Amino acid sequence: MTTHYLVLSALLFAIGGVGVLVRRNAIVVFMCVELMLNACNLAFVTFARQNGNLDGQLIAFFVMIVAAAEVVIGLAIIVTIFRTRRSASVDDASLLKY
Amino acid sequence: MGESITFWVLAIVSVIAALGLVFSRRAVYSALMLGVVMLSLAVLYAVQDAPFLAAVQIIVYTGAVMMLFLFVLMLVGVDSSDSLVETIRGQRFWAIVGGVGFAVLLGLGIGNAVVGSPKGLAAATQAGNVPSLAQLIFTRHVFAFEVTSALLITAALGAMVLAHRERTEAKPTQKDLSRQRFVTFGRTGKNPAPLPGPGTYARHNAIDMPALLPDGSVSPLSVNRYIARYEESQGILSPEVAQVLEQEEAALRANGHSTPTVAEEARDGGPDTEPMDEDGVVAVPVVRPRGESVRESLSEEDGK
Repeated sequence: MTTHYLVLSALLFAIGGVGVLVRRNAIVVFMCVELMLNACNLAFVTFARQNGNLDGQLIAFFVMIVAAAEVVIGLAIIVTIFRTRRSASVDDASLLKY
Repeated sequence: MGESITFWVLAIVSVIAALGLVFSRRAVYSALMLGVVMLSLAVLYAVQDAPFLAAVQIIVYTGAVMMLFLFVLMLVGVDSSDSLVETIRGQRFWAIVGGVGFAVLLGLGIGNAVVGSPKGLAAATQAGNVPSLAQLIFTRHVFAFEVTSALLITAALGAMVLAHRERTEAKPTQKDLSRQRFVTFGRTGKNPAPLPGPGTYARHNAIDMPALLPDGSVSPLSVNRYIARYEESQGILSPEVAQVLEQEEAALRANGHSTPTVAEEARDGGPDTEPMDEDGVVAVPVVRPRGESVRESLSEEDGK
């Protein structure tokens, strides 16, 4: 049974990764990153149960905290970029190229 | 057995929702799909002896993080959909190929990582899940926990600093707005007064119902042109409204004006969209084409 959870977690992680690569809207890219973090959390919780050790759940808890902070800052940056460029597309923020 | 059923149902739901998150065109659908994934993961945590994490997942992720996502989505513009132009040729195809390969690799690697049946957390959580976690957090990992609080404060401060914007000019006061309204009135003849309320004789206050003047006749100012045009095309326009519109059109033609066409109204942003200015603040309603007679919200009208 544990393997099933881990495979599900790997699947969700890969789907999130594809989303990050494929989507152009910065907010959706961000959501895909959240999906990847959630998939990792599922793996942590599963390993905690497999090994009879609470540390996995603890790490998942810390991941959630860091993810919350990351979302706040990331969305603030997206809003700032949107204000200056009127666009939330990741392709438009390419000023460093020139 | 119960766990298998829960797992298979939620696994299918969450994978489909994750695919929907990646491939749906509209960002709001993506956000809702992400909510579905997070909720099903919360249930999976609960099944796997992690009730505390399940609660935190629902409170923090589906509660706070999803709300933040939706909030920013509404702020940035819901219809800012993706451009279909590929900046790198073949990127989408190769991304999907890479994703499938990665999933297979990870699945195979992880599938062999686990040997034997799970030990379960019964031994580790004799005091219960939450007390045992608390004991770990406040003894062995107390420093990390304290640093976390610093991180959260920094994040809150950073968000405020990043999202804050100084107002470069004074906020228009009620006096300024009123003055501007009358300047517009002098220039274009746009009605400076608020739109009429439903009236004493009104039996409905829906937006497709015209306001009634004290003599019981229809006030042309209150007729929503979009709805009137639609009803006309459907042949369900009420005769009073049609008469009023015809009179108004005749009066306008006599003055040498023509009624605003759909294209003109669309160029104005339509009567009921309020343009955002640079500050991200909703622009003052003075620039709204009041003559286009969209009924304002009733509370605003009736309060006077």
